Amino acid sequence: MQETDIKLLANILPNLPENIQSEILSVEEFRGETTLSIRKESIRRVVEFLKNDPSFRFDVMMDLFAMDYMKHVTPQTERFAVVYYLVSLLQTRRLRLKVFLSEEDPSVDSIHDLYKAANWFEREAFDLYGIKFNGHPNLTRILCHSDFEGHPLRKDYPSDKYQRLKNAMPSEGL
Amino acid sequence: MSEHSLTVSSAEADLNNVAFTTRLEDFVNWGRKNSLWPLPFGTACCAIEYMATVGSHYDISRFGAEVVRFSPRQADCLLVLGTVVEKMGPILKQIYDQMLEPKWVIAVGVCASSGGFYRAYHVMQGIDNIIPVDVYVPGCPPTPEGIIYGMLKLQEKITKGGIVRARDRHKIAR
Repeated sequence: MQETDIKLLANILPNLPENIQSEILSVEEFRGETTLSIRKESIRRVVEFLKNDPSFRFDVMMDLFAMDYMKHVTPQTERFAVVYYLVSLLQTRRLRLKVFLSEEDPSVDSIHDLYKAANWFEREAFDLYGIKFNGHPNLTRILCHSDFEGHPLRKDYPSDKYQRLKNAMPSEGL
Repeated sequence: MSEHSLTVSSAEADLNNVAFTTRLEDFVNWGRKNSLWPLPFGTACCAIEYMATVGSHYDISRFGAEVVRFSPRQADCLLVLGTVVEKMGPILKQIYDQMLEPKWVIAVGVCASSGGFYRAYHVMQGIDNIIPVDVYVPGCPPTPEGIIYGMLKLQEKITKGGIVRARDRHKIAR
């Protein structure tokens, strides 16, 4: 974290312990929305802390999604990102966490056991972007059909490439 | 006037006052076109327009097609109202297969007709890829007047069609 980020963080989220602060790469504040960029290896630990710590209690996970920064207007060093939207009913505030993943190894630890809702969101991110969630119990396609090849929301997937479903459910014997 | 003075021509004239002659095909088709039992396969906003079409203002019962059924066994006119994705194709095909002859299909709206503006990885480019379509109604969504016009076009088609060849008419390659 840079010096300005540390000051910003002290304003937005005071009393964050040292071992969690050390995992934060950068802090961004835009129109009242806070985004923390987290180290890939420790996202699970940070989410677990924010959920369970009595002074933070981010007990709702609103959304989890992936991003592809290829050809993005604000270029990043890594191609993919997974974004976590947390809500604290205690503090009545929202928090956005971001983890950047490389093109070669787009994988991150699953948080399906911390938030049940994460289970299907992680499958969605896997289906559409090909992000691997380590420790997920059933990382299979959730939206695209079973014959689908590739990940359609990646920016290098041709926008008009349509894939037929060949091995459909049989409809004989009705 | 005695019974014997009744000429043949006047007997025919009397008969015309109480009955008229037609072909069996035309009579059956007249009955079919004025009592269509629609099955709405509603997946998008076109289904909302269809609700207005059935409602009292537009009142599709004026054309004998108000008995909406949600079982394919009880319907003879499948209305595909909205976007059909490739994954849903087998379900639509199964519903069509479960309908008894004679049966007709109306593709309502551009999504069902051609995929509409969804030229992408997920949406079927027209339901005629999997089932035969009798009438296409353009619009995004079509107005209730448009849906009624489609119904009238289907009635026209039924009037002109035979009754024996109905099954052959629906044989298409898949």
